[in-house]
Amino acid sequence: MADFVMPTLGADMTEGTLVQWKKQAGDRVTKGEIIAEVDTEKAAIEVESHTTGTIERLLTQPGDKVPVGTVMAVIREDGQPTTAPIHEAARRAAVTTPVHRVEVAPVSPPQTGRLRISPAARKLAAERGLDPAHLQGTGPDGAITLEDIERAGAITEVTKPGGVADRQARMRQTIAAAMARSKREIPHYYLSTTIDMGRAVTWLKQANEARPMTERLLYGVLLIKAVALALRRVPEFNALWKDGAAVRSEGIHIGAAISLRQGGLVAPALHDADQLSLSDLMKTFQDLVKRARAGSLRSSEMSDPTITVTSLGEQGVEIVFGVIYPPQVALVGFGKLVERPWVTNGQVVPRPVVMVSLSADHRASDGHRGGVFLAEIDRLLQEPHIL
Amino acid sequence: MTKITYREAVRAGLREALQRDSKVFLMGEDVGKYGGTYACSNGFLDEFGPERIRDTPLSESTFVGAGIGAALGGLRPIVEVMTVNFSLLALDQILNNAATLRHMSGGQFSIPLVVRMATGAGRQVAAQHSHSLEGWYAHIPGITVVTPATVTDARGMLLTALKNPDPVFIFEHAYLYSMEGELEDGPPAVDLSRAVVRRPGKDVSLITFGGNLWKTLAAATRLAQDGIDAEVVDLRVLRPLDIDTVLASVRTTHRAVVIDEAWRTGSFAAEVSARIMEGAFYDLDAPVARVCSEEVPIPYPKHLEDAALPSVEAVLQTARDLCPRSKK
Repeated sequence: MADFVMPTLGADMTEGTLVQWKKQAGDRVTKGEIIAEVDTEKAAIEVESHTTGTIERLLTQPGDKVPVGTVMAVIREDGQPTTAPIHEAARRAAVTTPVHRVEVAPVSPPQTGRLRISPAARKLAAERGLDPAHLQGTGPDGAITLEDIERAGAITEVTKPGGVADRQARMRQTIAAAMARSKREIPHYYLSTTIDMGRAVTWLKQANEARPMTERLLYGVLLIKAVALALRRVPEFNALWKDGAAVRSEGIHIGAAISLRQGGLVAPALHDADQLSLSDLMKTFQDLVKRARAGSLRSSEMSDPTITVTSLGEQGVEIVFGVIYPPQVALVGFGKLVERPWVTNGQVVPRPVVMVSLSADHRASDGHRGGVFLAEIDRLLQEPHIL
Repeated sequence: MTKITYREAVRAGLREALQRDSKVFLMGEDVGKYGGTYACSNGFLDEFGPERIRDTPLSESTFVGAGIGAALGGLRPIVEVMTVNFSLLALDQILNNAATLRHMSGGQFSIPLVVRMATGAGRQVAAQHSHSLEGWYAHIPGITVVTPATVTDARGMLLTALKNPDPVFIFEHAYLYSMEGELEDGPPAVDLSRAVVRRPGKDVSLITFGGNLWKTLAAATRLAQDGIDAEVVDLRVLRPLDIDTVLASVRTTHRAVVIDEAWRTGSFAAEVSARIMEGAFYDLDAPVARVCSEEVPIPYPKHLEDAALPSVEAVLQTARDLCPRSKK
């Protein structure tokens, strides 16, 4: 027996509403076939089956809102005997199911799916950034009232560590699922090179002297811009692996890995990073970091990255061996900017250098092209004024 | 402060009006020799004479129409209709003439008419004498509709109404005539424009008017024993409705019960409820609730009459149901 569960469609998704079943109990379903349509806060999503077999039983009704990981259907895989005992209790497991985004008009859930909450309570919840969906209403006919919101606010404050721990656990599960899938499915190869950052650092120092304190550039922004521009030359790394093939992405949306203070990380998109000036990129990046840590990222930022850039230099790390975030096909990692003996024109001189590494999906590209990618990043960083 | 009955307050207002202005006169069924069905004009015939205290035939259409004519002619008539049920015979005069002539004459004519009538149930006078139709009158633009609930308002509203250039309809709940109250000091005339908070509170707004004010205040006192702090709003004037006072109250309490002795369907309570929804939807923490009469002709037997009318118990229970768990 295989469980068909409410999939997670992004790190921030905790529950979804079943809009409709595309299959009924007794129907045959093959792996990859659309089995259900699920409404999330982001979009209506068609969810595929990840197994081939016969649908034994549907456990969720259209209109039901269920947490991610809830078993929604049981599929009897081919070769299994009929009617094995069904676990009634919804087992919870974070899974990542391949999905197709479909462009459909928002589906309004049936009346039963509408939250019973007073207008004043809804307003207060919005003001406090509380999601009232999980609250138990104590008002007329079980409606959520102002008092319920106030109490929920109080509970959150009292048990804050627990609440955060729970969120951390969920994020951990999401990362675990994505990384396990990456290492299970993606044949990684790794390349690295050391880049002389002398010119870039000097240029940056001069550029910053002319800038007010608040507009100064961080050298990390140079790295992101260099990666973005280099991708124009090697577009096969700016792609997503879909249905057995790499599909090149139109825009260059760099997923910037941001570690969160309470643990875990997100890699939201810097949209069209190749087209932004360094100043704009800096502003966008700072805004992204701020919002990532405040937990207020936009869904497009969560779903759009076409490649990830991670920088672990702050911790003194010199080289990163990154794990690709599926369905992306590459990840570029930067280590710490360090001063090292460097041979130039037959002389040993101290130079600031950084180790850049590429983790790439061998299904989508080969090492030769990976080498070209890193060389292009190096070349661009030698000409910081064109970034 | 003086303690007097509602009847005495109405009588005091009438007497003062008659004394002050010789153009004021009173007419209606039994207002003269009998001294008024509710004894509000007892002794007036002797004091003011038959020209100013006029008994009329049992024909509401005729004497209300005569009142309109007298008002057009420059007098200040006070017309007493025995009950709101009987006033329906005069509805044509009221709607088609009293409420419209200023409009239809382009402002050339005004009708400074005051009509008083008894309304409401609770005295076992059965289905032809007990209904609460003031909400119907409040539907009509061109007139003012007031519902004095206190002795101060019973006296003062009449005096203010006489200064109004357009028709004013005063609905006196028949159950109140024998009720005693403290007559507030101050100028006898009171405003005809504002609702009043009779009891401040923060948990639920009990909105009512007329005879049901006292049931509602009794309910509020008992709610207080349960820890529910109810605010009681006396609308006083049904047209033009002072919705701002109502909305201000609801914005504080987030809950509202409207108490109206009329039938629920199409009642004035329905209008108040709709206005709250329009003006304070996002401040509501519960649906607006109503306590109205059962949708039957008001019965004669006491136990059935009691069962048909809004009760203190019904107000209590409805208010409790709206309040959050911690208040139950």
